[in-house]
Amino acid sequence: MIEVSNLKKQFGKLEVLKGISETITENEVVCVIGPSGSGKSTFLRCINLLEMPTSGEVFIDGDQINKKDVDINKIREKLGMVFQNFNLFPHKTTLENITISPIQVNKLSKAEAEKEAMELLQMVGLQDKAGVYPASLSGGQKQRAAIARALAMKPEIMLFDEPTSALDPEMVGEVLQVMRDLAHRGMTMVIVTHEMGFAREVADRVLFMDEGVIVEQGSPEEIFGNPQNERTKSFLSKVL
Amino acid sequence: MDIYLKGIKIAYSGIAVTIEITLFAVIIGVALGLIVALGKMSTLKPVKVLFSVYVELLRGTPLIVQVLIVYAGVPMLMQKYGIDFRWEDPVVASILVCGINSSAYVGEIIRSGLQAVDKGQMEAARSLGMGHFQAMRFIIVPQAFRIILPALANEFIALLKETAILSVISVVEVTRRSMLWAAATFEAWPAYLGTAFVYLTITIPLSRLVAYLERRMAQSDRGK
Repeated sequence: MIEVSNLKKQFGKLEVLKGISETITENEVVCVIGPSGSGKSTFLRCINLLEMPTSGEVFIDGDQINKKDVDINKIREKLGMVFQNFNLFPHKTTLENITISPIQVNKLSKAEAEKEAMELLQMVGLQDKAGVYPASLSGGQKQRAAIARALAMKPEIMLFDEPTSALDPEMVGEVLQVMRDLAHRGMTMVIVTHEMGFAREVADRVLFMDEGVIVEQGSPEEIFGNPQNERTKSFLSKVL
Repeated sequence: MDIYLKGIKIAYSGIAVTIEITLFAVIIGVALGLIVALGKMSTLKPVKVLFSVYVELLRGTPLIVQVLIVYAGVPMLMQKYGIDFRWEDPVVASILVCGINSSAYVGEIIRSGLQAVDKGQMEAARSLGMGHFQAMRFIIVPQAFRIILPALANEFIALLKETAILSVISVVEVTRRSMLWAAATFEAWPAYLGTAFVYLTITIPLSRLVAYLERRMAQSDRGK
């Protein structure tokens, strides 16, 4: 479903990704862990080309997307993205945040888009917040709204970029619950996270990244229970 | 007391021209300013340089010099090349010069407004499948507009005051009215007090409006 091969990304002289090759299959939930600055977020952002890879290939459903004459907007519809800082549109209500793209991009009628949006809001437990602006939502509510917004485009894959890192501790649980539900519904998910307990619980596979490479990967039991690489061991001993 | 009222009345008789010039100049300024902003943000180096020079030239010379170049200089240049041209109405030349002059300032206002919108907004819009243009139209521009509005209103106020120098090319606006009356009656003190009063009746309400807009913006910014 997602395949990256020898993916490299440089910002000026700084090489953030040093050749990543990875395949993520349908219905798989993959958690990416690792220290800050290890390239986790950049890896995720290269998958939907918010960052253009310096070299290497990214394939979605078998088609290479990081080349010329690919309609990246069409590809991005398949890839929902949830950001650390939510990035809700502050000038639009919760409902409008969710309906704008289905209406403008998918040309859905307003009524239809709103009906679907209300179902999504119900799913994330925000049906009573449809008419309010993001400024009056709590952090956890904002992130749940942002997840609903991404789901409104009916993506095949959901990318989560540290979705709970900007939240107060008491709000982390509600967001993780929504993500857990999604995983149980069979959504393909790539999650960059610092929530080790969550990764252990929902991930089918865990990737440990450090200094721009995937150092070690395996099932949660393998990575958390019996890490092989020294760097993985040292990282986990600090965060667990 | 009557003489002061007379001074105000005289100055007021020029207000239609002052507002007319300011209003049309702002319209031109915003239209051109939009192009300037986009030009300065262009990724094409020559385009960027061209608009940077445009802005520098206009901001680096006094408005009065620009007025003289266009009103007096341009017709002379054209006559030199055998084209019989002169400005029928100095008001038209004034609107043009003030509009172009204003576009440099408005362009910078628009550019900084667009760039002040959080980068994550564009990323979120693009990740939802919107194209660059759609993201600008539905997400970035509406947010930038709210940031820009107070600064734009300030530019309107600044331009309104600057039109006073158009009196040198005999545009009969507020200041020119007072000058003519002062010259005829030697009542300089009430004449120019009246002039100041008239400008204030427009600028004070406008600057109150700006303050209100800024307050409202600060409110909606809280906790985004």
